[in-house]
Formats: sequence, structure tokens, C-alpha cells
Amino acid sequence: MFLTISTTRRPAADLGFLLHKHPGKAQQFSATYGTAHVFYPEASDDRCEVALMLDVDPLALVRGTKKAGGSPDFALAQYVNDRPYAASSLLAVALGGVFRTAMQGRCDLQPELVDEAWPLEVVIPALPSRGGPAMVHALFTPLGWTVEAEPVPLDERFPEWGDSRYVRLRLTGTLRVADALRHLYVMLPVLDDAKHYWVSPDEVDKLLRAGEGWLAGHPERTVITRRYLARRPGLTRTALERLAEVDDSELEDIDNAVPQDEPDLPETGAEAGTEAGIVEAGIEAGAEAVAGAPAETAPEPEPTAEAGTPAEPRPVPLATHRRNAILTALREARAARVLDLGCGDGKLLGDLLKERQFSEVVGVDVSVRALGIAARRLHLERMGERQRSRVKLLQGALTYTDARLAGYDAAVLSEVIEHVDEPRLPALEYAVFGAARPETVVVTTPNVEYNVRYAPEEEGGHGLAAGAMRHGDHRFEWDRAQFRAWAEQVGGRFGYAVEFVPVGDDDPEVGPPTQMAVFTASAAPAVIDTPAVPKEVRA
Amino acid sequence: MTPLAIPDLALVVLVGTTGAGKSTFARTHFKHTQILSSDFFRGMVADDENDQSASKDAFDLLHHVAGKRLAAGRLTVIDATSVQRGAREQLVKLARDHDVLPVAIVLDVPEDICFARNSTRPDRAHLPRNVITRQRKDMTRSLRHLQREGFRKVHHLRGVEEIGAASIVYEKRYNDLRHLSGPFDIVGDIHGCRAELETLLGQLGYAVARDPGTGKAVDAVHPEGRTAVFVGDLVDRGPDTPGVLRLVMGMVRAGHAICVPGNHESKLLRALNGRKVSVTHGLQESLDQLALESDEFKKDVADFCEGLVSHYLLDEGRLVVSHAGLPEKYHGRTSGRVRSFALYGDTTGETDEYGLPVRYPWAEEYRGKAMVVYGHTPMPRAEWVNNTICLDTGCVFGGELTALRYPERELVAVPAEQVWYEPVRPLKAEAPGGRDGRPLDLADVLVPDDPMGRRVVETAGAGRVMVRGENAAAALEVMSRFAIDPRWLVYLPPTMAPCATAQEEGLLEHPEQAFAQYRADGVATVVCEEKHMGSRAVALVCRDADAARDAFGAAEGTGALWTRTGRSFLPTPELTEQFLARLRAAVDAAGLWDELDTDWLLLDAELMPWSAKAVELLRRQYAAVGAAAGAALPAAAQALARAAERGIEVGDLSAHIVRRAANAQGFRDAYGHYCWPVEGLEGLRFAPFQILAGRGRAYTAQPHDWHLAVADRLVAADPTGLLAPTGRLVVDVGDPEQVAAGVAWWTAMTASGGEGMVVKPLAAEGAREPGSRVQPGVKVRGPEYLRIIYGPDYSEPVHLKRLRQRHLGHKQSLALREHALGMESLDRLSRGEPLWRVHEAVFAVLALESEPVDPRL
Repeated sequence: MFLTISTTRRPAADLGFLLHKHPGKAQQFSATYGTAHVFYPEASDDRCEVALMLDVDPLALVRGTKKAGGSPDFALAQYVNDRPYAASSLLAVALGGVFRTAMQGRCDLQPELVDEAWPLEVVIPALPSRGGPAMVHALFTPLGWTVEAEPVPLDERFPEWGDSRYVRLRLTGTLRVADALRHLYVMLPVLDDAKHYWVSPDEVDKLLRAGEGWLAGHPERTVITRRYLARRPGLTRTALERLAEVDDSELEDIDNAVPQDEPDLPETGAEAGTEAGIVEAGIEAGAEAVAGAPAETAPEPEPTAEAGTPAEPRPVPLATHRRNAILTALREARAARVLDLGCGDGKLLGDLLKERQFSEVVGVDVSVRALGIAARRLHLERMGERQRSRVKLLQGALTYTDARLAGYDAAVLSEVIEHVDEPRLPALEYAVFGAARPETVVVTTPNVEYNVRYAPEEEGGHGLAAGAMRHGDHRFEWDRAQFRAWAEQVGGRFGYAVEFVPVGDDDPEVGPPTQMAVFTASAAPAVIDTPAVPKEVRA
Repeated sequence: MTPLAIPDLALVVLVGTTGAGKSTFARTHFKHTQILSSDFFRGMVADDENDQSASKDAFDLLHHVAGKRLAAGRLTVIDATSVQRGAREQLVKLARDHDVLPVAIVLDVPEDICFARNSTRPDRAHLPRNVITRQRKDMTRSLRHLQREGFRKVHHLRGVEEIGAASIVYEKRYNDLRHLSGPFDIVGDIHGCRAELETLLGQLGYAVARDPGTGKAVDAVHPEGRTAVFVGDLVDRGPDTPGVLRLVMGMVRAGHAICVPGNHESKLLRALNGRKVSVTHGLQESLDQLALESDEFKKDVADFCEGLVSHYLLDEGRLVVSHAGLPEKYHGRTSGRVRSFALYGDTTGETDEYGLPVRYPWAEEYRGKAMVVYGHTPMPRAEWVNNTICLDTGCVFGGELTALRYPERELVAVPAEQVWYEPVRPLKAEAPGGRDGRPLDLADVLVPDDPMGRRVVETAGAGRVMVRGENAAAALEVMSRFAIDPRWLVYLPPTMAPCATAQEEGLLEHPEQAFAQYRADGVATVVCEEKHMGSRAVALVCRDADAARDAFGAAEGTGALWTRTGRSFLPTPELTEQFLARLRAAVDAAGLWDELDTDWLLLDAELMPWSAKAVELLRRQYAAVGAAAGAALPAAAQALARAAERGIEVGDLSAHIVRRAANAQGFRDAYGHYCWPVEGLEGLRFAPFQILAGRGRAYTAQPHDWHLAVADRLVAADPTGLLAPTGRLVVDVGDPEQVAAGVAWWTAMTASGGEGMVVKPLAAEGAREPGSRVQPGVKVRGPEYLRIIYGPDYSEPVHLKRLRQRHLGHKQSLALREHALGMESLDRLSRGEPLWRVHEAVFAVLALESEPVDPRL
């Protein structure tokens, strides 16, 4: 909500000309979410300091989108919000409005001042920075600023909570005032990377204008572009978000079936055009930045490359190995009607649909959002009738039996069981092997023994700390013996023969990264849930 | 009048040529909604009742509607010519598919009359005569075959007069004994164990009557007029099949008992009738024993077995008895497959490792309202599965002979006098579903395949509570991925509305509003309970692992502790067990197990500190806001001061920023009260305020001071400091002094950092009137606490004025519905209802929590 810009260029008070704001008075301007105040705490020939303060009206923040008649349904976070205090996108918007002319580099009274590089100091006492001080350095240093960024502790009374995401920022450097303003205008929202940052259709133009001359050459342009244009969920809460709130947690904590940053793939031409526009404008990173995999979400860790072979071609991702292994198993089982239980974003469904052997493909997931992403990935909306009739997406939960899942040839549980609490596995086992009872069941799960091959980050991999699991939501990861014991026990109970198949590089010492079991219905279960009582006993 | 007998549930097919008067006949004898006319459906699909090209579509639709009606158990009349065999075949199949009896009524009218009738109808005047001729020929040819086609009854009405004189008489189905309400004593599989049967009947209070000559038991009478019900398999294997038959047949004949057949009676009957059967599974014993009896007795036995009806509906349909169980869609139905299921059960079509058929777990899927009592499968003990119970406890194999008292739901068993017949393998160790957690079905909680589908949960407190598809979908994600085992998760706490908005200066909430609200509702006495600022927690603590296994079917653990969305509160099972151990020790020391006659307790409570569960939220949200404010506001204030020093006119902006800095500090202080370090269990404080349920009962009949008194005793009995007391004050809302005391109590509490209080009617929650709009409780939160909810600056007059425009209606309605669901789950639990019934209500609470409501309320 607050920043100051000062200069020691003499006469320093010329800053007022450049900014089109008189140093002798305090001025206020109405902004979207409050009032912007401009005043000069100091204005001498030696030093001139201008302050921009945005007095945010906390109620206006949410009132703007209040639905007619209904109760305001926003995340609680909307009400208890750092916006009134932090130097966020709102301050950037105010900056762009209040100093519009200066930002454009116009000064009709003293045009010669515009192109002068001045010694400048920018101070922002509370700057939200996703990525901490390091990100601030990475963004401002290449632009010629000297950066001092000091993290603000969350609460002195609770030192164990650590630092906040705010830094106290001091930038010094010799730059044109217009450039300084444009840097701030772009970097504040980029650093903030706030959840509810509003992206309007002309945001791309604004970025291109403000970034002219410096953004294209910035080493972090990818991050800058992606964050600036990131499309964030709307203000209104989803049903799931409300449940997260009930338990004092965040949507991300419970809606993590598919990475939260998984882009909602643009389908319409308009959005594609937007990306093209960026590329044409010379920001090569554009398309990839908007649609590409986000760096923040944990991808499957890659095994450490052998020392000294940095140029080695990128290995086939484990996920691809896994899908291939599953497809092979399904082909060998001659399955035609296949369930993908826990289909996530639908990658395997896409592969299945490419093969005619699979006449019916059903994706089941408990996450409505995942199903939405899968539907878009598969382009269900514009799929031909014949192809469309082969695929179904259903919301379901594997701890409940589900009549819709009975009678299929095969079911795939790929990287699913480890997301179920171990005590709840029997319910899943019954729902799949007992109730749905497909001929073939393919189960894959991580082999925890292999985790040692994912070198920790300090060794240069983006891998796992000792004892850590591969995904934050994994409830367990089994070694080969544990998986084998589980699979054989399940097979025995429900009457399936089990075969084990390594997936990915089968390390002689620790085995493959993924383990797979293929269950084939044999005789009827030795003991299905209701007892198979021999006639002699049964009466 | 010629009475035509028709079962009260049947598919009635009128057969006759066009012009025979079928529609008139149908209108005369049936309700118009019962009649499905092909003409009508032709008109519906083609705008022309006589458009023969539309017949296929019309009949598709007619069959579909008929199917829906039959599935719902409604008598249906088909008004179409049905003179051709093919058309009738489809209808017979339809009837069989829904297990109802097809009945044909043939309207046999001379061709001349039909022709004459048609010619007076403008839309049929052009119909060539040979159409009628052909139809008559088809009909005449069919007449002899109707029975063989599958029509259970055929009424052939010849000529206009007979048709005019006919009347319909409804017959009850054989299996319909709904008018009998017992009370009943339902006896499991006897298999010739006459001595045990006599002992059991004695224990049940029956006086056995004996033949004066032989001394053999020939009847048994209950002095209170109770009726015995036998689930079949009276015969084979055991020592005295004739003795059992003599007694049971005598009781049935005398009206003291009802009996359904078992598969063994069925086979014995075939053997007695001289049919070739394989003499296995103890049939030899029966045949040998009966050989010593008179031919007359054997004839009696054959007649008795012949006359047995496969299953019965009793007590207004609340009780169904059959030998091998029965799914709901077969209740009261009549077909070969219904009988077959009732006698033999269902198999999956697979065979097990012994080459024996695999039983289909129908009881797991049973969701019916009627209690189904059956036998057939020997179990070590009788156990409830989804409102069904198998009473075969293997008496003949040395187990027990078991009876169920209905409606008391009490089991009475006598041990076998010896092993009369060696089982091929030991009785199954577990009841169905025991191992797999009594599987729940997706349809128990939402409407699969229909995102818009609404599910309705019946509650005693608020009638039908609707759960919208969108909310159920969200709840499914949370329930299936994060919640604890549904066997533990028997309750989720409902939400609570705040009191009406206060108008007092500087305040949004004030106790006066709560008292006034209850005064207006006619509630005389309320209890104010200290509102702890932690996280809501529900604890289920069992006396020991055996109690946990017995009451909740848990394989591991002695209870659970969960949050408002059903997650385990503590991160590891070990820590949960440590918590439960302390809680259990307190219950032990307070002597509550015996006093309340239970071996488990369900407690509603608040677990503190807030930071124990919400530390991430605090870091991300509350402390972050505080940190940003703490960094920015002083810097801004200082800059303003420097500008002012220079003589710049900054107006009241300085004062404004200083005030905001103070508000921000107030905000940081507010959340700080609710944070302190926790290590394992050390630092945790658990404040129970309601004793929700124990074995066999929900404590909804107890007033809140009882609940708080029990909580106090728990706190006093806990030396570890884990349990925390809840302050309270009882207020008579009609007494101004007491009201003032209530206000003062709240003021003092909130001034020292307390969150506020909850005001509830003191009386037992179970005493609420059904459909009552009185809030079960309202919260009155303190002004400083509200900074956490409404933001640091909410107390500024300009904001407060706007914030007072809040709408409580939806929140209040939600609180009422969730409260009713919570009570419902407790009631269902205490009545011993199946898990899916409890889970349905619990799930609905979670789903409702995802309804869009202002989260600040």
C-alpha cells in the first residue's frame, strides 16, 4: 500500500515535474479499491522523496463483485486480506494511474528531463514476494538496480513461524524515472503472484507497453510473463473451497488430485491468439510460459543424471513408461472395455482412445476439477459421435461400491492406491475386486526402494530428501516386498492370479521406480465378502 | 355380476378386437391412471391415435411407462388389442421382469357389433371390415394358449352381456400378511433338532402342548399371544425331523405360528412325491426317520410343504421373512425367481475353490426399509447387516438355535445339545462385511451420473433435508480422500449462526440480541457457554479394543478424534491413541462407563489451541496480514509525519493511519491469544461440552447443564491437564437482572481475550418440536475476536455501518438443517441402524457445509 521514490539528483525537486505532482501539496486520487495519496515527505534541492500511499477500502475489495441479492460468498481470506497493507497489484494499478504520464516518459514542461538517468532510491516496506528475497534479486538486478531485500518476520511472538512472504525492499540505481516506474508497475504484481489477481483482456497489451525495451531481454522473462498473465480462480468460492475453509485449510490442500497450477488448457481461438500475440511481440517465452508446466509444482522427480553427462538426451519420462506398460498389459489381456480408476487429468484415457481394441473407456475420478481438465484434454466437446460414444467420465470414489463400474474387462489403478489411507484400502479392495470385479486389474504404485536414486536437491537433482515421499499426498509408499504381499493377499481373497511387472529402469539393486501388478480373475474368490459356504455346510 | 378375481398387484392385459369395448371396460373398472392405452401413446408420439406407422414408438413408450409403474408396485392395465401372440409375449415378459403376475381379460364380442361400433366413430369409420375379421381370427386362435403363454389368470368374457355384468375383485397376494403385527418370535434353521426347539420355545415363553397318548409335542402357545415364525429348513440332518415337523405343523395349523419353506423342505417334498433327487446333505436322515411314521403323517408333511409360501410381508410391510433372504425389489412380488431367491438365495454364477457356488452378497447391498429376517447360511452368531439378520447359527452342527424377538430386536439362543451332524468345514468366522467394513455404496450419498441430482435425507427434526448434487460432489472428494473410516465417523458437528446483529455502538454482536431472540421464541431459560477459540473436535472413545471391535467393527484402535470435515485431528494413530488413553482414564476415574451403562462415548468438544490445527492458515493468512500491516503502516505514518513537518497539509490522513496501525495491532493481539506451542499432546487442551452418545442411546434427552456437569466430572478426573472446563452461566431471559449478569459475563470474558460465548436453550435437544425454527444455539462473538473474521479495521464506524447489513437467514436455515441431520445420525446410531443410514446423515452435514453462505457468519 506504500512506497517511496527519492532522488539526490540536483535540483532534486525536479522530480515533481517528471511525476507531474507538485511537491508542495498532498494530493489524492480515487482508485478502484480506495484512495491513492501522493505526498512528498521531503523536497529540497538535495533530496526529494515522493510517497505513494493507497488507502484500500477493505470492503470495496469484495463489494465490487457482490452478487445481486445474495449473501457475499467469498473466501474468508478475502475479508482478512493483506491487500490494504502490502504493495501488491493494487498499488501497481494505482501507480500506473497516478503516474501515467510519467510512466509514458512524457514531460511537456521540461522534456529534456525524461531521458536523464537519475540516482534513484525506491523503498517498499511491505512487498509480497513469492520466491522471497531471491526472486526480488532475480527480477530487479538485471535491470540495473542494487537490491536490498530483507524478509519481514511473520510474528515476533512466534519465531518458530519463520519469515513472512513480505520483504522490506530498497532499490538503488541510476535509471530513468519512467523506467523505474514501469519496472515497478510490472514487478509488483509479478512478485505478488496473488491468487486473486484480476486479469483483464487488455492485460497483455499493458504488459507489452510497460515492458517495452527491457522485458524481452530479461533473463526471467518467462517467469515474469507467466505470472503477470496467470489466470487465477475467480473470487467466488467453489463448494470444495468452502469445505476447505470449514477445516481451516486451503483449497490447494484438498484439491490436489491434479496440480493446482495445471493450466486450464485454452481451447478457444481467442486465447490461442493471445499467445501468438506475445510470441510475435518478441517475447519468445510466451506460449510456453502461459501453457507450459509450472516450475513450482513438483513434477515427478527425475533420477540424477550420471555424473559428467549433462548433455545426455532427456530420458523418457517415467509417466510415459508407466502408460506404455499399462497399455501393454491391457492389450495382452485382450480387454475391450476398460476403467481408468483415478484417471486424473486423463492422459491414459487419451492413449486408450487411440487404440481401437479399447471399445469403451471410462475415466473415474473423485475430483470434479480433474474430470474437467480431462474433458478438455480429450476435447470431448468436439469429439465425433462415434469416438465420443467410446468414452465416459464419471465422478466416483473408490471407497464406495459403484454399480456403474460392474462388468468391465479391465480396470487400471495407476498411482492411486498410495493416495488412500492404508486403513481404508480394504474398502477400495472390496469396491474394485469384490464389487466391480473386472477380469483384469492393473495396479501401479511407486517402489519406495528406488527413492534413493532421486538425488536430493543439494546434490543437484530435484529429488527427494531421505525418507520423503514422491508426492505430498502420498499416504504410503511401499517397497517391493510390501506391494507383493498386499497384491497376493488381495488376489487370494478375491480370486485373482497376480503377476508383477517392473516399470522403468529396473535397477539391479533397488528395483524399478514403479511397480506394477496385473491381476487376472481366476477361479471365483476363495472368500468373497459374503462367505462361499460349501453346500454341505450351507444347508 | 360376474366377479373377476385379480391379484392386487398385476399386469392386466385386455384382449379384444378393435371395437370390442376395451377402453370402455377399462374406464369402468379401473382408475384412469392405471390404464395405458396404445391409442393414447400413438397420439402422443404421432399426433394421431390411429397412425399405425407410429405403433412401434408408441409401444416402446407404453412398455417403458408400464415398467416404471410395475417397478413401483402399481397395478397396470394395458388397453391394446393384444390379439397377437407376439404382442402378448412382450407383456408377459414385462410382468415377469417386474415379478408381478400377468392376467388376461378377453373381451370376446361378435364381429358385427365391433364393426357397427367402429362405423359410428368418425376416426375409425374408414377402417376396412377385414381388419376386424383378421383380429378376431388371431384372437380365437390365441384363446387356448393364454395360460401356457404365462397368464396366471385368464378371464374370458363372451358377448356384450357378460362384459357388462363383470366386476373386478382384488385378491390379496399369498405373501401379504401385512395386517399381522405380531409380536413375533422368529426361529432360525432347526434341521431336526427337536429338543433344542422345545427348549428354545420354552425360553421364549411358549407352553408346549403334548399329545396325551404319545407325549409328543404337537403345539406351543404363548400366553401373550405371540406368534412364532419359522424361517424354514426344519428338516434333514438332525435327530428328529418328524418331531420338529409335528410341532411346527401343529403350531401353524393352530394359528400359533407362520412358516416359510427352506430349500430342504423343497427337496424333501420332491422326494416324498416320488421324484428322483440326490439323497445328500442329510436328506437320508429325514427319509429314514419318516419311514417310521404313518403314511397319513407323511401325507400331512407333503401337504404342509406343498402349501408353504416362499416369503411373507408382516407388520405393515416393516418385516419380511424368507429362508434365504430377499432383496427389496422382490418383497411382496410373485414370480418363479422370487421364490427361487427366497429358497436358495442368489449366487454369482461363479464357483469357489471347492467347486461350490459363490453366494452373492445381497445383504451388503440391501438398503430397504423393511427388516429382512432369514436363515440358510450358518454363522457363528447372528449379526445385523443393513437391517437384515441371518438366524442360522448352525444348531445341527453343534452351534446354537437362535430366535429373534420382534419388534424388540432381542436375540434368544439355546446351545445345541451335541454336534448332530459334522460340518464339512468350520462355520465362517465373520459376518458378511465384517472384514471389508460394511461397504457403502455411492448411491448412499449422492445420485450417481447426475450432477444436478438431489438426494433427500429424512430427518425427525427438520423433515426432508435436500442435498444438492454440487454439494454432494464436493463432500465426496473430502469424505473419500481425507476422512477417517466411516465406521468411526458417526457424527459431524453442525454449523451455528451468530445472534442477530447488534446496534450497540462499536459492536456487531452483543448478548442482548441472543437473549431477545430466545425470549421472542418463547424459550425461558438459556445456558451461556464459554466459546473456546480452538478447533471443533469430536472424540469417540471406547473402553477397550474389544468394545471398539464390537460396537464399530474396528480392526485397530480404541476410538478416533476428528475435525469438522471428518479428518483425523492428530497426525498419527499413535498420538490419537495417547489422546484417547488420557480421555479414557478420565472416563474410568469419573466412573462414567458403569453409570451411563456404556462401553463407548461420543463427545463434542473444542480442541485448543487454534494454532494446533490451523498453524498453516495462521502463517499464510492471519500472521501474514499482521506482518504486512506491521511493516507498512508505521512507515507510512512516519512519512506522513515528515510531510506534515514540512508544512504539507495532510489533513486527517495521519490520524487515520495511526488508528489503522492500532487496529492492526489489535488484530495481531486477537489471534495471538489463540496460539501457543504444542509438542505431542503437551499444550493441547480438550474442552468437551456435550456428551453426544453411548452404546444404544443418544443423550439427546439430557439438558445442557447435565452435559456440562458430566464434562466437569471428566475435567476433574483428568490429572494430565488435557481436559479443559467450559465456563457457563444459566440465564432466565425474562429476568432483567439475569440478563444483565449474562451481558456482564460476556463483556468480562471477551475483554480478557475470550472469543465470546454460545447461547443455547437449556432444555434437552431431543425435546425440540419437529420442524422447530428455534435455533439450537447462537454464537455471540467478542469485538476483538471479530477482527480476525471481519478484518482489522472492521470496527471503524464507516465499515461497521456497512457490515451491519448482513443477512443471517441462510446461515440460520443451514444451522437448523445441519442440526437436524446431526441429531438424525445420532438417533440412527443409537437405534443400531445400518452403517449406510448413519453415514447418509453424516455425509449430508458435510455436503451442506459446502453451501454458499457468508463465511464470516
